[in-house]
Amino acid sequence: MEWSILQQYGPSLLKGFGNTVLCWALGTVFGMALGLVIALIQRYAPRWVTWIVQAYIEVIRGTPFLVQLFVLYYGGPLVGLRLDALPAGLLGLTIYGSPYFAEIFRSGFRAVPLGQIEAARAIGMSELNIVRRILLPLGLVSALPALVNFSIILTKETVILSIITVPELLYQVQRMSAETFRYLEANLVLALFFWGLVEAISRVGHRMEARITKHLIERT
Amino acid sequence: MFSFAVFLESFWPLFWAARYTLLISVLGIGLGLVIGTLICAARLSPYPPLRRFAAIWVSFLRGVPLLVQLLVFYYTLPVIGLDVPPMVAAVVTVGICASAYISEIWRGAIAALPKGQTEAAVAIGMNPRDVWTRVILPQAVTLSLPALINELILLVKASSLVSVVGILELTRASQAQAATTFRPLEVYIAAACIYLLINLCLAALGRYLEHRTAA
Repeated sequence: MEWSILQQYGPSLLKGFGNTVLCWALGTVFGMALGLVIALIQRYAPRWVTWIVQAYIEVIRGTPFLVQLFVLYYGGPLVGLRLDALPAGLLGLTIYGSPYFAEIFRSGFRAVPLGQIEAARAIGMSELNIVRRILLPLGLVSALPALVNFSIILTKETVILSIITVPELLYQVQRMSAETFRYLEANLVLALFFWGLVEAISRVGHRMEARITKHLIERT
Repeated sequence: MFSFAVFLESFWPLFWAARYTLLISVLGIGLGLVIGTLICAARLSPYPPLRRFAAIWVSFLRGVPLLVQLLVFYYTLPVIGLDVPPMVAAVVTVGICASAYISEIWRGAIAALPKGQTEAAVAIGMNPRDVWTRVILPQAVTLSLPALINELILLVKASSLVSVVGILELTRASQAQAATTFRPLEVYIAAACIYLLINLCLAALGRYLEHRTAA
C-alpha cells in the first residue's frame, strides 16, 4: 500500500475511527443502562409486565442486528421516527445490546446468595436499599466477566452500522478503497486493525476483571 | 402507518427467500464443524507449532468482524485468480468464521469431561485412538449439542451480512422488496418475523436436545 494514500485519507480514517469508538462507547453505556433497567423490571415488576419484557428480549435476540437497523432507519420515517444515520445507529446499538446485557445482569443477580438478601430484609432494610447496597454491588461483580465479554462483541457489531451509512471506520475505508481501487489492502489492514483492537481490549478487560474479582478467588 | 396487508403480501415471497438463509447457515455450520474439529485437534495436539497456529486462527477469526472478513475474502478471491460463485464464497467465509467458535465449543466440552474417564480408559489398556473415539468424543458431542444449536442460531443471524456482497438471501430479498414497494417498514418487519420464527424453532430444538441429553 502506498503511504501517500494513507496521508491523503488519514483525517477521514481518523474521524471514522472516532465515530467507531463513539458508537461503541455510547452504545455500550446506554445498552448496559437499558439492560440493567430491564433486569430490575424482570425481578420486581408484576407478572404481565415481565411477559412483555421477555417478548422484547426474544424478539431482539432472535433477529439480526442488520434487519433491526433497517427497520429503525428505513422503516422509522413511515411512523414518524426520522433519525440521521449516526443517532439511528446509536439507538440501534443500544436496543440491540440491551437484552444481552439484561440477561447478564439477571444471572449476576441470581448469583447473589439469598441469605444476604434475607439478612438485609431481616434487619429492616427497604427494598430500594437492598437493591442499592446488596443486589447491585454483589451482582455486578459476578456479572463483570460476561459484561466485559459482551462489550468486546459490541465493538465488532459497530462495523455493521456502515451499511446504514454511519460514517464509522469501515464506511470510511470503503469510501477510500472505492476511490483508490485498493479494496484488498484496505480491508486487510482493517481486519488486522480490528484484530489488534479486540485483543488489546480483551487483555485490558481481563486484567481489570482479575483485579475487581480478586477477593472471590480462594487463596491457597 | 403500518399496513398489515403490505406485511402479509411481502411475507410469503420473503419466506421463500429464507431458504437461502437456511442453506447458508446449515452449510456454514457443516463446514465449520469440519474445520473446527481439525482446529480443535490442532489446539489439543502435543506439537507447539500446531497449537500456536490454532490459537492464532481462533483469535483472528473471533477478533475480526464477520463483515470485514467477508469483504477481505470477497476481494481476495479475484486477486489469487479463483473464480468461484458468490454463494460458495459466502458459505466458505461463514464456515471459516464458525470454525473458530466451534473449535472452542469442542475444547470446552472436552475440558468439561471428568478426568477420571480418560484415566479409567487408559488404566484398562485402551490405546489413545480408542480413548478418543470411544470415551471422549461421544460424550463431548452430546455435551456440546446445545451450544452447537446456539451457534447455528448465531449463524442464521450472521448470514444476513452476506447480503452486503450481493447474495440473494432473506435480507437481500427484503431490500429488493422494500425498494419496489416503497414500504420498508412492513417489509423489514416481515423479514424480522421470519428470522425470529426460524430462531425460535431452533431454540426449541436446542431445549429439546438439552432436555434429552441431561437425562
